[in-house]
Amino acid sequence: MGLLAHFQKWLTENGVPHWASYVVPALAGIIVALLFLFAMIIVFIYLERRGLGRFQIRPGPNRAGPFGILQAFADFIKVLTKEDITPTAADMPVHFLAPVVAFFSAIMILAVIPIQRNAFITNLNIGILYVSAISSLGVIAIFMAGFGSCNKYSLIAAMRGVAQLISYEVPVLLAIAGVLLISGSLAMRDIVSSQNIPFILLQPLGFLIFFAGVASELNRSPFDLMEAESEIITGYHIEYSGMKFALFYLGEYGHMVVASAVMTTLYLSGWKGPVLPAALWFIIKMILVFLVFLWLRATMPRIRVDQLMSLAWKFLLPLGLLNLFITAAEVLWQDNMGWKQFPWPFVFLNLGLAAIFIIIGSKLLFKTGGGRVEV
Amino acid sequence: MVLKAEPMLISMGPHHPSTHGVFRMRLVLDGEVIIDAEPMVGYLHRGIEKLAETRTYTQVIPLTDRLDYLGSMTNNWAYVLAVEKLASIKVPERAEYLRVIMGELMRISSHLMAVGFLGNELGCTFTPLLYMFREREKIMDFFEMVCGQRLTYNYMRIGGLSHDIPEEFLPAVKKFVAEMPHYIDEYEQLLSENEIFLARTKGVGILPQELAISSSVTGPVLRASGMRWDLRKADPYSIYDRFEFDIPTGKVSDVYDRYLVRIQEMRQSVRILEQAIKQLPPGEARAKVPLLLRPPVGEAYAHIEAPKGELGFYLVSDGSIAPYRCRIRAPSFTNITALRDMLIGWKIADAVVIFGSIDIVLGEVDR
Amino acid sequence: MKFERYGRGMAKGMALTFKHLLRHPITTQYPEQKLTVSRRFRGYELVWYEDKCTGCATCAKSCPQGNIEIVTVEEGDHYKVLKFEVDTGRCMACGLCVEACPYQALYMGRGYERARYRRREVVLTKEDLKPSPERQPSGYANPEVEAQLPEQTLLVYRK
Repeated sequence: MGLLAHFQKWLTENGVPHWASYVVPALAGIIVALLFLFAMIIVFIYLERRGLGRFQIRPGPNRAGPFGILQAFADFIKVLTKEDITPTAADMPVHFLAPVVAFFSAIMILAVIPIQRNAFITNLNIGILYVSAISSLGVIAIFMAGFGSCNKYSLIAAMRGVAQLISYEVPVLLAIAGVLLISGSLAMRDIVSSQNIPFILLQPLGFLIFFAGVASELNRSPFDLMEAESEIITGYHIEYSGMKFALFYLGEYGHMVVASAVMTTLYLSGWKGPVLPAALWFIIKMILVFLVFLWLRATMPRIRVDQLMSLAWKFLLPLGLLNLFITAAEVLWQDNMGWKQFPWPFVFLNLGLAAIFIIIGSKLLFKTGGGRVEV
Repeated sequence: MVLKAEPMLISMGPHHPSTHGVFRMRLVLDGEVIIDAEPMVGYLHRGIEKLAETRTYTQVIPLTDRLDYLGSMTNNWAYVLAVEKLASIKVPERAEYLRVIMGELMRISSHLMAVGFLGNELGCTFTPLLYMFREREKIMDFFEMVCGQRLTYNYMRIGGLSHDIPEEFLPAVKKFVAEMPHYIDEYEQLLSENEIFLARTKGVGILPQELAISSSVTGPVLRASGMRWDLRKADPYSIYDRFEFDIPTGKVSDVYDRYLVRIQEMRQSVRILEQAIKQLPPGEARAKVPLLLRPPVGEAYAHIEAPKGELGFYLVSDGSIAPYRCRIRAPSFTNITALRDMLIGWKIADAVVIFGSIDIVLGEVDR
Repeated sequence: MKFERYGRGMAKGMALTFKHLLRHPITTQYPEQKLTVSRRFRGYELVWYEDKCTGCATCAKSCPQGNIEIVTVEEGDHYKVLKFEVDTGRCMACGLCVEACPYQALYMGRGYERARYRRREVVLTKEDLKPSPERQPSGYANPEVEAQLPEQTLLVYRK
């Protein structure tokens, strides 16, 4: 029972009519969730710009405010005062609504993320299924933006984007299925409570597949083909300027916040931790996940579209199936022997199997020099 | 029911973050596959060859700086060699050694830019570029110490150099040369074995050796296709026959080989620098040349191994203070003629990478 | 059977990036910290000494673009310079004028913050070109001025 549910019950007990007692907690929940989202977005933007700068032996923005804290606000003000240029041949409703859909799907996932044992908006009993369903909505936004802009570059980017996003959802779902087998329930809060040791240890292969899949869904390097700056010059948001561009940007970081939160609940045991308050542990783990994404962005080049597709379908999908198979076998084998109290043999077994499968997979699959089509 | 499909025409236009300057390429695409590519140049034409006809021989030198603006020292050197050949002027020994030092430092700087921007086009968000710029800044500091500017040097004169080096030059260059191999190892650690880098560059953009030779491609692109042709060894100019260095070549002439050839050339340049610093003799930095030089009537062609290829100057003199005709053989211009054959069949993402691996500068292409 | 390319290259690259995270940034914060320019700095600033100039116009003849305009009038046994104008907007800072001057009346300047709002403000007249505490001559082609200037900050000696 979450805090909001308690609040609603308290309101009905104190004489507020039943239909009205849902409104105030709902509004309070929405406002708090949005504030949390915006606060984390600003923290992430700050970390990204300063962190990228430090990886590249330069300080990063440090002029706007002490240590550059107010840089996000400065950008926001600049973007608000820019002229909103739209091409005349663009499809106006589609072009106008695409940024809204992009940001919208990030906010909706916030409803099920548990920040603490009882701090969430709702504890849907199909929590993780809801998350993966809503994250597919982001695909529509990309396609709307690319197609409605009447620009060949954004069309190419939109086609690439749709192919990439829908083909990386399958490995992500398979990795999630591995977690579900061990935890036994789809609700997010129960997944966290069932982690005596974090699932990253029990499912290393699943974690790597999930990480790669999520990096691709978020358009982060090394999978940022949709906004590949050096080839198609910001891809699907070429024709956007002003506040619409800011909405896309916010949507991208919003997705990143939400994806880090989901990864923390699934694999890093959410809000559990020794000394500090639980909400603080959640935020720390989110930031750690984000820092790994940032580290990858600073180092890796990006891969090409056909290599991306072959990575998803020929490498991650078989590995996901193997992971599911092995997890199911382990759960069946040890279910009656109370393995949840002593899972360490499985940790080492899974780590070893993960290493073997990755090495064999890369040996079979990594081919260079392909891609030339006879014209 | 008949399905009508037509290929898409994209103009990778003059404004693009990844063409190294104002370069336009019209691509005909079938999905993402390139069927045809047509480079269109001329957006940076400034008429340098025509301007050179109305300037005296010394006044042309600042104009040649602006050809390949990332490799000004070697441009100056090529032009000055042509004039000295025309007027039969002998350059003092110290000036020759100093010219070699400046030329090799310029080569390192230009290759650092080339490899850094190749990493940028592949998608590493500026990280290898900024690491390489750290070393390039050190080289630009040396040039600023010597001639006062960081990009367009105007340092070489007919008969030698404009000024001798100050005393703090040699200790600083020695320190730089001592730590440079360590930094080149760092660049290789970042890029050479990265799986994504290998997957993007190995086997991509192959230029067969016969096609390279018949298109007159020179420079690292030719050496990566297997031919051991370097003007410093094949037709030694200045005093290059006194240094020992190797010529790195590639086997499969793909983008990865061109990248490796450039990294190895940087190492060989460091080797030449060590030898040149050790053998530097004292003496004059400039021969006695009249202020307004009037070479005898005739013509001369001098070519050097610039970082991008073979840079040649063909001068025709009619006995007056200005050249009658100055024709510049720019390496980037001839290297671009091989672009179309390298691009067909690859995807848009590869187009940018292959284009970046040829390493052109639009100042040379358009002159 | 050799096992390669299973991710080791990427890990090495990431280790290098992490090592750079621990290094101090190498940039200088510009308006607060400025690096000393070279003693032979050759920017777009020119410094002219009126007492040494004889109006021979060798500098004007050696400029590749013809940026220097000199008008003199004969006064007794020497020339008085009436007008000495340099269009520093068109100047390409090649330094040939400084090298050509036989009386060492023209020097390059050491400043580089010379942005102006209007194009006619970069055409410098006789009064603008005189030396002052803000406009100091640089040592390009003039070794005795070079010897008195401070040394350049070299990045090679920084940590």
